[in-house]
Amino acid sequence: MYNPEIEAMDRERLAELQLERLRETVRRCEEMVPFYRARMREKELSWKDIESLEDVQRLPFTTKDDLRENYPFGLFAVPTRDIVRIHASSGTTGRPTVVGYTRRDIEVWSELMARSLVAGMSDKSDIIQVAYGYGLFTGGLGFHYGVEKLGASVIPISGGNTKRQIRMMVDLGTTVLCCTPSYALFMAETADEMGIDFKQLKLKSGIFGAEPWSDRMRDKIERLLNLSAFDVYGISEVMGPGVSIECEQKNGLHIFEDSFLAETIDSQTGEKLPFGEQGELVFTTINKQGMPLIRYRTRDVTSLHDEPCGCGRTHLRMKRVRGRTDDMLIIRGVNVFPSQIETVLMQIEGISPHYQITVDRIGGLDIIGVEVEVSEDMFSDRIQGLEEWQEVIQEEIESYLGIGVKVVLVEPRSIARSEGKAVRVIDNREL
Amino acid sequence: MTTVRQISVFLENKSGRLLDVTRCLGEGGVNIRALCVADTSEFGVVRLIVDDPRKAHESLKEKGFTVKETIVVAVAVDDQPGGLAGVLKPLVEQEMNIEYLYCFLEKAADNAVVIIRVEEAEQAIGALNVAGYRCIPADELYMM
Repeated sequence: MYNPEIEAMDRERLAELQLERLRETVRRCEEMVPFYRARMREKELSWKDIESLEDVQRLPFTTKDDLRENYPFGLFAVPTRDIVRIHASSGTTGRPTVVGYTRRDIEVWSELMARSLVAGMSDKSDIIQVAYGYGLFTGGLGFHYGVEKLGASVIPISGGNTKRQIRMMVDLGTTVLCCTPSYALFMAETADEMGIDFKQLKLKSGIFGAEPWSDRMRDKIERLLNLSAFDVYGISEVMGPGVSIECEQKNGLHIFEDSFLAETIDSQTGEKLPFGEQGELVFTTINKQGMPLIRYRTRDVTSLHDEPCGCGRTHLRMKRVRGRTDDMLIIRGVNVFPSQIETVLMQIEGISPHYQITVDRIGGLDIIGVEVEVSEDMFSDRIQGLEEWQEVIQEEIESYLGIGVKVVLVEPRSIARSEGKAVRVIDNREL
Repeated sequence: MTTVRQISVFLENKSGRLLDVTRCLGEGGVNIRALCVADTSEFGVVRLIVDDPRKAHESLKEKGFTVKETIVVAVAVDDQPGGLAGVLKPLVEQEMNIEYLYCFLEKAADNAVVIIRVEEAEQAIGALNVAGYRCIPADELYMM
């Protein structure tokens, strides 16, 4: 552990620390941010009413729309002269959201990233290749500062130029790789083309995140890249990567609870859910100055678990995120996450890990199409052989999801590769 | 060797893909002796007999196509009514399952050439030889 005093803190003491920080956060929000002041007034609440951690449930939620409406700096709790860094979301679905960090926020974030890196088997002696995008996206710089805080060597290569990424791994003896899981698979494919075998590289672990992925995809990455793969979770509005991380038990991600208060709620009613039940993840930042968030609805779907963990960390664990409430497809009344389709595809031996999901509405009926690239293992000169593959994949997905899908075999490399977040679903429905 | 290597390529049903395949082979200096396309509404398989299967395989793979080599049998048939039926008879008698076949005409002689894909190629050649048919060796076929 990087900081055992905090990471393995007795839960009672942790709760005291959380309450103190929660009260302080709510007080500052009330005093400094007109948006929160108005919301609190509506509920006739003040920070003084927060007497226990349970009282967080009395506080109003904050949503992505609130962030957009207060674009760009409306939710900052400090004057801009105290802000040292600004990140922003891509804004593909509307206005971007902007997040500001004070110097202390960057220090906290760097420490949380250092803790994450240690959980993912890294130490000072490692050479860590950060292939997340650098820039407005929090991935690259978040990892970068964590590696420096840890005292390991960082290769700030950013995303893209995949052949150079592989050559760097070979030449510099990279031991830890950080990127999105879909990009890791693309690297495997590129290395194969270059005639480079990952078994000859020094990679021992990989810390992958920024998009939902399945355990099956983990198996595939671990096998193809010959490393141990860890899931890291983050959300830029809340901080960036390093909100939670898997430990060596790989049974859920520990949330850094000294900085984030986590809840899961029923996304329809807003009711708080008990441990173990799946719902929408909600965070309150309790260790952040620049842009603190109260009960921010992440739209990520997961469950929280309080059973003790074999690694000795006492902080709560969240299950790997299955998807976002807004990635969730509702097909003929059935909830479908792209990650479920991925799970099935990764289970079938011999098929390529690249896929694309399309949703169309034909004659009032929603049709899910799954495009799968024909791999050499699958290819046969007999049409029947190919059709059998199509049927096998189709039946596997149908029996898992309980709804019909249409599998389409496509040529290798015809599905767009991503050097950052993969776009898995193309929804052609006009809703 | 009396068996023949056939090159198969996976293609999506998109316009211009067959052109891409043939252009790729042309640029690689590979000459196509025979070609057959099998397709469904979404995809197709192009099967090719070429003068240099190894080079064809390499150039197509380099361009990112999914390529497979299969062993097929090429047999010379008289270009006259009943010719093909005569060839099929000994194979059916041996209960061999013909996956597919296609024909082309030999330029030099008055023969048709039938390319046959069966699971048991050697056995098929044996049966055809016994029935008096001549299976065309790979080298000869590639150079026809």
